[in-house]
Amino acid sequence: MALKIVKGSIDRMFDKNLQDLVRGIRNHKEDEAKYISTCIDEIKQELKQDNIAVKANAVCKLTYLQMLGYDVSWAAFNIVEVMSSSKFTYKRIGYLAASQCFHESTDVIMLTTNQIRKDLSSPNQYDTGVALTGLSCFVTPDLARDLANDIMTLMSHTKPYIRKKAVLIMYKVFLKYPESLRPAFPRLKEKLEDPDPGVQSAAVNVICELARRNPKNYLSLAPLFFKLMTSSTNNWVLIKIIKLFGALTPLEPRLGKKLIEPLTNLIHSTSAMSLLYECVNTVYIDVNTPPLPSLSLSLCLYLSLPPQLCVQKLRILIEDSDQNLKYLGLLAMSKILKTHPKSVQSHKDLILQCLDDKDESIRLRALDLLYGMVSKKNLMEIVKKLMLHVDKAEGTTYRDELLTKIIDICSQSNYQYITNFEWYISILVELTRLEGTRHGHLIASQMLDVAIRVKAIRGFAVAQMATLLDNAHLLTGNMQRMGICEVLYAAAWICGEFSEHLENPMQTLEAMLRPKVATLPGHIQAVYVQNAAKLFATVLKSQEGNTDSTAAQETSQLMIDRLPLFVQSANLEVQERASCILQLVKYIQKLQQKDVEVAEEVSALFAGELNPVAPKAQKKVPVPEGLDLDSWINEPPSESESEDEQPKAIFAKEEPKHSRPRREEVDEKELAKRREARKQEQANNPFYIKASPSSQKVYQEAPGVEHIPVVQIDLSVPLKVPGLPMSDQYVKLEEERRQKERAEKKKKEKKKRKEKRSGRGKKHDSGPESEEDITPAHQVDIVTEEMPEWSIITSYIFIKTKSYCVTVHVCSSRPLADSEKLPVRSHRAAEAPKSPTEDGDATSQEPKKKSSKEKREKKKDKDRDRKVRISTGLFLCLLGNHSHLILVSSGLPGINKCIQKSKLVFCFLPLTKVYDIQGNLQDGSQVVVSVIFENKCDSFLKSMEFNVLDSLNSKLQRPEGSGPHDGLTVPFQLPPGVSNEARFVFTVQSIIMPQKLKGTLTFIVKNEDSSTHEKLDFKLHFTCTSYLITTPCYSDAFAKLLESGDLKCSSVRLEGVNMPFHHLLARICFHHHFSVVERIDSCASMYSRSIQGHHVCLLVKTVSIDAKCDEPTLLGNVLDEIKQTFSQC
Amino acid sequence: VQNTVQHVLLQAEDMQQQIIRETFHLVSKRDDNVCNFLEGGSLIGGSDYKLIYRHYATLYFVFCVDSSESELGILDLIQVFVETLDKCFENVCELDLIFHMDKVHYILQEVVMGGMVLETNMNEITTQVDVQNRMEKSEGGLSAAPARAVSAVKNMNLPEIPRNINIGDINIKVPSLSPF
Repeated sequence: MALKIVKGSIDRMFDKNLQDLVRGIRNHKEDEAKYISTCIDEIKQELKQDNIAVKANAVCKLTYLQMLGYDVSWAAFNIVEVMSSSKFTYKRIGYLAASQCFHESTDVIMLTTNQIRKDLSSPNQYDTGVALTGLSCFVTPDLARDLANDIMTLMSHTKPYIRKKAVLIMYKVFLKYPESLRPAFPRLKEKLEDPDPGVQSAAVNVICELARRNPKNYLSLAPLFFKLMTSSTNNWVLIKIIKLFGALTPLEPRLGKKLIEPLTNLIHSTSAMSLLYECVNTVYIDVNTPPLPSLSLSLCLYLSLPPQLCVQKLRILIEDSDQNLKYLGLLAMSKILKTHPKSVQSHKDLILQCLDDKDESIRLRALDLLYGMVSKKNLMEIVKKLMLHVDKAEGTTYRDELLTKIIDICSQSNYQYITNFEWYISILVELTRLEGTRHGHLIASQMLDVAIRVKAIRGFAVAQMATLLDNAHLLTGNMQRMGICEVLYAAAWICGEFSEHLENPMQTLEAMLRPKVATLPGHIQAVYVQNAAKLFATVLKSQEGNTDSTAAQETSQLMIDRLPLFVQSANLEVQERASCILQLVKYIQKLQQKDVEVAEEVSALFAGELNPVAPKAQKKVPVPEGLDLDSWINEPPSESESEDEQPKAIFAKEEPKHSRPRREEVDEKELAKRREARKQEQANNPFYIKASPSSQKVYQEAPGVEHIPVVQIDLSVPLKVPGLPMSDQYVKLEEERRQKERAEKKKKEKKKRKEKRSGRGKKHDSGPESEEDITPAHQVDIVTEEMPEWSIITSYIFIKTKSYCVTVHVCSSRPLADSEKLPVRSHRAAEAPKSPTEDGDATSQEPKKKSSKEKREKKKDKDRDRKVRISTGLFLCLLGNHSHLILVSSGLPGINKCIQKSKLVFCFLPLTKVYDIQGNLQDGSQVVVSVIFENKCDSFLKSMEFNVLDSLNSKLQRPEGSGPHDGLTVPFQLPPGVSNEARFVFTVQSIIMPQKLKGTLTFIVKNEDSSTHEKLDFKLHFTCTSYLITTPCYSDAFAKLLESGDLKCSSVRLEGVNMPFHHLLARICFHHHFSVVERIDSCASMYSRSIQGHHVCLLVKTVSIDAKCDEPTLLGNVLDEIKQTFSQC
Repeated sequence: VQNTVQHVLLQAEDMQQQIIRETFHLVSKRDDNVCNFLEGGSLIGGSDYKLIYRHYATLYFVFCVDSSESELGILDLIQVFVETLDKCFENVCELDLIFHMDKVHYILQEVVMGGMVLETNMNEITTQVDVQNRMEKSEGGLSAAPARAVSAVKNMNLPEIPRNINIGDINIKVPSLSPF
């Protein structure tokens, strides 16, 4: 035995250790791989020995080899052996090797559980430390589950060295085994106040990481962190805490105010640049978020820095010679840009200057900023500059980034900033010359979008696209693999669809049928073939007009000659279309030979104008009476549907190519989305090896734009696609156009000024034109908006004729003069909708019913009105929900023609709105009431003040500094006949009961000769329904909700309701903000949600409603309101 | 020599090598007077990630961090790490790091653990590293017998490194990062 040990240590003398290995590798530069493979053989021998020291040495060397990229997973078991050595030296080597080589799929990991547990409870703190460190790298869900308890105990270890490691590793454990978070959290929280700064910092670190994932759960820790922030001196901890507060403040606005002081103190006291930067950064993100604009202002005042000045400070950072500060300055600037775009915009010069920076990181940051700074005025200039950069840029990544940014900038908010689309088209065409870009798709979809939506530009676009098609060989060349040939897809489609704009359709047709087209990708060829057919129709039409019929026949012959090439295509889509069209043309040729006029019929194949349709439009089309979309046309077969679906999906991928353009565009986006998703997946997938797009060699070899090989082959063709206008031209042209416009305007202005010299004295500034002055040269069809709302009215128009009790409160201050007396106060007559469509529909649908009802109502009203004396003819209609609203305003918020002949009308259309649409429960206590004031009298109304007597439960939000009884000034004046809307925010504590608030409106009525002060009392009725928000709910979520058992049950019977079931549903949806979850015959489940997050579920049958809600009082009130709605019909 | 190795958490070996190569390629072609931040490419995990590096003579120390870390803070951390190396190796030079990769790892493990910052106080770090090295020595150590390598390295006449780690121009190339 002793001999063996001696022998072992003698052997070791001759073994290589790590240093020898490194030296050896360095000495074998030429045959490194060979040397290493002999070393690995040696290591394998060493691992076979019993001596643990030899094994450890071998593992140590393996760790190094692993670093160099060699696979050492075969030695995993030996690593475990070394890990379990009792000597610290070897143990450390083993754990290091494990932390480098083990990953989740290493199967020996499960052998380590007990060893690690033993090490964790070792009396030697460094054994424990080493185990913790190693574990942090290779912890698996199993290990996390088995060891969570041991690690939790270690969090209260006597040695701070262990405590801090245990605290930190808990984060990894939480990630792998989330169930451990709840039991471990109290202890983690304790560690925030650990006496050792290292442990404290680790705890802060872990909680910050957790809070980054889900800030809401950590709001309760805010006071603790607040204390830490004021007491800690560790910059690391402070930075983390400030970052944490950055995540918390948006959730709890009150935090922002409290933070100002400590942050300001820090800013003044710290010398660490990193901390200072984080402070300023956080101050801006936190405090400038929308809920707190006033706060940011106060902070700036406090720091004696108005927002502009803060940006000025950043400017100093950016202008600093230290590139790091420059970068961070830009980063911070982009955060401010979101909240204060104006103050950043003035630094355009600086940002543009940064674009020229030699540092790519800085250029990318500057590009990000540019997006927010464009305006109609400077768009062309900025894009021109970017185009210059595109030409200069080296490296495809940066160039691609530039390209997407150019397109982003131009297309943002529906091409808002583009005044000249010819310019934009030529920019796009210029971009197609970019060599090796991946974004051909993007350019193509932009071309399509612009050509379809900007009608005025079509002629120009078609001409450009025809040129592109003519010079297609320039684009395709040797760049098949690149995406740029995608633009040919757009070009072919545009030329085909709008072929009437083509100057020389014949030439384009020939270009599209060139044999070289067959080298393009399949989906592009397919579009070529289809659009060649469209062009053919156009050509025939023009040729048949002539007397000479041979030309037309020649065209047919051309088609017949060229199409067979596509019929042979390997791509199914191309083949199918080509053979279809070929047969068609052959038939046409036959007819031509018989001298039959065919052009009309051929073009009829492609007739029909393309109208862009908003994506949401379908929703707005009313479902015809009697059509039940949910019922089966044919009973579904018993087997699952998904099988049927699958083959469809396979074809759907190829279909888009011949579908109508709108769909195509959607698909384009969809494709891009999918591609993005796939890329993301690949990026996250460690096993997916991507080709490195930018290795240095590629750089040097990649030819610049000037050296496209195609040009050398085809010497006769200049690189710049002939006939294509340069975008620069447009910049000049546009300048001229604007100048002309300006000059004209000035002329007009002068005239005007001459005419009324005593006018309001509004100075026309002849200086730089304002944004509004620039009129776009082309109009975009904006179709992202939804269709007009009238379709809703047609569906619900009948509701209007039924009457409800309106909470109308009329006040009288002085007796009416006879002349002023209102003869009739008829709501219904006033309902006549404004738009002609509405009108037609409304009257044609139920005119009789309406008139009879109206009469009755009018009578009633008359009686009532006569009892009340109305002074200046003021009405106040206060409405709790839509059912009331309908009476006054024909069912639509906004349309508001109330009572005729009365002098002045105020209509209150309360719209409940959640303050934060995300359903933030903390903010669920705010209700926004929109009030439309309409002046029906002949006098001018001003100084309106709106005041509500607060109740315990509901309070009008008043600006800071005003007393609880002060009124709110309505921020506008009303000339005669004008209406305007003001919004008032109420804070409501409990929403389970309906409420009425009393209020007054005071205002001054100003006549030519006199002015009087008037006062108007009103009541504001908040029904429970108005706290509900229509929230869609899926049936499975709905079922889960019902199963949860948290909901209280209640039900109500609907007496004497006899209306079709779907009307009943529509009514509940419309008046009470519910959405239908599921409907089976005459039974439907419905769902809604209150602004404070109560779930309200209904099961509606023809005669009764069963309801469940987590708040019984709220439910009772809602049901009462529903019942009331139906009792009144 | 790059320390990204530690931060790229255990990808497959070839992927790991590719990341290192790519990173080295990105970092090494940057001038000294540009900023120390690089926006993350797809390789290092997307836009939330940044490469933050410092350049000392022939050495690059690269950290790959997400947005929860402060940029300037990490630059400080790299400085702390390098100063710690300097203390532990007594005037560190490139060769120290090349021949004692394991020790570098042990030190790094006291600074960063499982991708999270563990300790930023240099004294604390050096104390812990020293204690552990002493333990190793008392156990006889792995390199007790063949001290050749150690002495060989120690005997090499390398220029002294100034306090602020502006390592002089050492004409020894970084060990091949792309061996294949």
